[in-house]
Amino acid sequence: MSALDLTRLTAAQLSELLSSRTVSAREVAQAHLDRIAEVDERIHAFLHVDTDGALAAAGAVDEARAAGDRLGPLAGVPLALKDVLTMRDVPTTCGSRILEGWRPPYDATVTRRLREAGIVILGKTNMDEFAMGSSTEHSAYGPTRNPWDTERIPGGSGGGSAAAVAAFEAPLAIGTDTGGSIRQPAAVTGTVGVKPTYGAVSRYGLVALASSLDQAGPCSRTVLDAALLHEVIAGYDPMDSTSLAEPVPGVVASARRADVAGMRIGLVTELGGEGYQAGVRQRFAEAVKILEGLGAEVVEVSCPSFEYALAAYYLILPSEASSNLAKFDGIRYGLRVGDDGTRSVEEVMRLTREAGFGAEVKRRIMLGTYALSSGYYDAYYGSAQKVRTLIQRDFAAAFAQADVLISPTAPTTAFRLGEKLDDPLAMYLNDVATIPVNLAGNAAMSLPVGLAPEDGLPVGLQIIAPAMADDRLYRVGAALEQALFDRWGGLLIEEVPAR
Amino acid sequence: MPENPSAITRDQVAHLGRLARLALTEDELDHYSAQLADILAAVARVTEVATPDVPATSHPMPLRNVFRDDEPRESLSQAEALAGAPVAEDGRFRVPRILDEE
Amino acid sequence: MSHATTQVMGFEAALERFDPVLGLEVHVELSTATKMFCGCSTEFGAEPNTQVCPVCLGLPGALPALNRAGVEAAMRIGLALNCEVAQWCRFARKNYFYPDMPKNFQTSQYDEPICFDGWVDVDYDTPEGRRTFRVGIERAHMEEDTGKNLHMGGATGRIHGADYSLVDYNRAGIPLIEIVTKPIEGAGRYAPEVARAYVSALRDLLRALDVSDVRMEQGSLRCDVNVSLRPSPEAPFGTRSETKNVNSLRSVERSVRYEIGRQAGILADGGRVHQETRHWHEDTGLTTPGRSKEEAEDYRYFPEPDLVPIAPSREWVEALRATLPENPAVRRTRLAEAWGISDREMAAVVNAGALDLVEATIAAGAGQSAARKWWTGELARVANERGVELADLRITPAQVAEVEALVKSGTLNDKLARQAIEGVLSGEGTPAEVVAARGLAIVSDDGPLLAAVDEALAAQPDVAEKIRGGKVQAAGAVVGAVMKATRGQADAARVRALIFERLGVDG
Repeated sequence: MSALDLTRLTAAQLSELLSSRTVSAREVAQAHLDRIAEVDERIHAFLHVDTDGALAAAGAVDEARAAGDRLGPLAGVPLALKDVLTMRDVPTTCGSRILEGWRPPYDATVTRRLREAGIVILGKTNMDEFAMGSSTEHSAYGPTRNPWDTERIPGGSGGGSAAAVAAFEAPLAIGTDTGGSIRQPAAVTGTVGVKPTYGAVSRYGLVALASSLDQAGPCSRTVLDAALLHEVIAGYDPMDSTSLAEPVPGVVASARRADVAGMRIGLVTELGGEGYQAGVRQRFAEAVKILEGLGAEVVEVSCPSFEYALAAYYLILPSEASSNLAKFDGIRYGLRVGDDGTRSVEEVMRLTREAGFGAEVKRRIMLGTYALSSGYYDAYYGSAQKVRTLIQRDFAAAFAQADVLISPTAPTTAFRLGEKLDDPLAMYLNDVATIPVNLAGNAAMSLPVGLAPEDGLPVGLQIIAPAMADDRLYRVGAALEQALFDRWGGLLIEEVPAR
Repeated sequence: MPENPSAITRDQVAHLGRLARLALTEDELDHYSAQLADILAAVARVTEVATPDVPATSHPMPLRNVFRDDEPRESLSQAEALAGAPVAEDGRFRVPRILDEE
Repeated sequence: MSHATTQVMGFEAALERFDPVLGLEVHVELSTATKMFCGCSTEFGAEPNTQVCPVCLGLPGALPALNRAGVEAAMRIGLALNCEVAQWCRFARKNYFYPDMPKNFQTSQYDEPICFDGWVDVDYDTPEGRRTFRVGIERAHMEEDTGKNLHMGGATGRIHGADYSLVDYNRAGIPLIEIVTKPIEGAGRYAPEVARAYVSALRDLLRALDVSDVRMEQGSLRCDVNVSLRPSPEAPFGTRSETKNVNSLRSVERSVRYEIGRQAGILADGGRVHQETRHWHEDTGLTTPGRSKEEAEDYRYFPEPDLVPIAPSREWVEALRATLPENPAVRRTRLAEAWGISDREMAAVVNAGALDLVEATIAAGAGQSAARKWWTGELARVANERGVELADLRITPAQVAEVEALVKSGTLNDKLARQAIEGVLSGEGTPAEVVAARGLAIVSDDGPLLAAVDEALAAQPDVAEKIRGGKVQAAGAVVGAVMKATRGQADAARVRALIFERLGVDG
């Protein structure tokens, strides 16, 4: 099998070839490492490629298979890991200078589960610094480029993971989503991304941005691939006190079921796309028609509090982040600046953080410090937490009328590099449709529903499920994906310019 | 609600810089105070719906009483603990002189 | 800044003009096997940074996991202090930067403590007799300890003048319970005694609960003393000072007394007391100001998102209440009755900190009178001399009982027993070993005694005459000489009998 073919396959397809021993894990790993070498200088999805580690892991899978060991379905399948998750002895930077060169002494639970499943981790992917951003332009190590048009952003904060998958550098990736950082990159790169229910995937080893919003999740080119990866990483973890004890819902079974007949699908008025790019609205409307054609009943629901979601998010996130990022002070790990023997520890801390953090991070740290400070807490942080309650109530009311909710994932297709860098507020607006989900803790998926006619760039549709009903995402997503596949004669991602 | 909360002064930004241990430059003080003012103006609208009868939500999932048994687990070795240390001495993290007693 | 030149007012004078109000904050280090939020060991004496993990080292990505034993200890402490246990509470982050803080925030509890609104009765002595004072308890809550800084390069090992510091995070994350009193009002001139009595009673209670080693000098029980003065009990509270480094019961009492005098001096001079943190110096008996900070720290408390709320069921609370040991005051009354001693006698035992030791000594076989005598007498004297607690002496109740048994059996007399105890305290071994090694046993063989008696009588012929003449009291001088000759290792009564025998006189 030629190397080019191997990188064009889905994880499910690779899984079959590997388990039937048609191809070895080392061959698969090498094919993808070659692909990375070919395209990543331009795409810059990866911050670190762990060539030796990946080949060793692949070799171990081949040996185990030869010995007749029972292996999981994804054993030997390669994956790209967002650089916000710790990986023992492998550089983990979170896209920041302040952690340049840091090699963690421990694996995140997600990392451990990937390894135990025999998944071959190719390397760490680029991201907005400490996951703050919607374009990956805030990485301290340079931006990642969208494979569809390398002058455009791949989304953020997990642009690296999405671009790696979209550029066929890996069939699978892990991202993290705090306000849309898996879903929005998926939308603008024509790939699939899922934010599981809050607590479904362990946060132990996930460097915290906003502790009450963060979740790790699967990135892939198909809904089934995402489901297979979802089942590997989800599940109770005693190291994470916010981890859910409930069993992982049958997401793979739901993805294979792919049937929406009789389901009620809610269109959220407030996420209906008013003010969104025309092509985005058009493709979304077409997808709604397809779902109706498949037997779903489409209903209108209203969630008035969603108007306040963005404001609440940009108070809660910076507040929690300002506290989470306090540990980066040059004392125990990472960058230390200004320690020339004359300065006090206070000065060294201040100089280190000033030099180590980028502008967006500093902005949010100050915003959060302000929102929590004495005299302002009630008006800002306290009020935002109340909006959270209202958003949960609106979701509950909506889910009484519908099994899932849908919306366009993002207001626009991929914008140009540099276009929104000087206007933080304009950048924040990219997350307007995805944010309510994180505030409430529900599960959501983005999958590609077409290219916008005006620019030929991917458009994503967001499916939202109630907390702990992640399987509904896969059921609806797979049905829609199949219908679109039939219409296009293949996956949309096949249209991405060859590089 | 503080009066005109979105008007954040340069001094206030400097104060935030001190609280957050950021050695902000003069340029940054100007730059950030303008940006923060814009952002604060946009987010202040949360007060419109945050009425006294609405409870705050700090945790999205209704989990309660999650505990761990008092059983020792393996710790890191001293080498692992100090592996990332910018400066270490005698098995400890070396830090520049501390001025304030806590 | 305090006015160094303002005279500290004498205590009596201060009490005439002002009414003191106290507040005591006590931090208790729990004796759980693992830390509050991770499974690292809490054992003492480990090499630096060998009892740390990603959680307590504050590594990126780590998350806390709450120790059930810490929660139970907090609830038991609260119940023993007659507190309410919260129906629902959370942890909060207290955000501030310091090198011994791995995360630069402390996971603590802010406005939702797990226990609140309790009280404890404490006994203290006055010339008019024993009195009881009810100290209100504001709250008891859970939090974690910091790492330890070693200040290097300076002369004293303290912060001032140090060139750099070395940080060990082994103690970071050790479980702490903070107990805060309500304002202690109405103690008046006995404020120092009440403060001491409170800390002492708290220590007894915590020891009885078996939740902590409660060694003040080791730091497992830490006390911060808040003092303020007002012109009269009807006036509003004055500005308070907070004094740290109060490392013994004695320091508690002395620092309160000192602060009252210091603040009175300032106020009488027309000055204002500054709200500040001060440092107690046991050697010089005064407080000095801490480094004044330009801005008060804003801790920006918010609910800890990585830990979920605690809602202790009432069943759990009642189950824990059933595990509480006997209330110390109730126990004292019971034991006083059992031993047949008066309140005053019991007070002497309690004041010496000897109740547990006496009880254990009696359990090991000694009589109650003897057990009390040893612990409140000789051993208390030694402990005081050495500046340590009775419990820290190198002798166990069982060993004291052994010594007493040797006295009862006639092997030792009182003086020899004291020497035996001294030997045990010096680490020479068990009582039996000390007696053997030092040859302390009373000479029971009449042979050598008779020889000594004859020698003494020969040396004091006039005294011998007196005795023969019927003046039996004169025998004392001969007894003394024989005791001296035998280095005290003779039974005085037997010597006396032998003297009379020798002289052919009825004793």
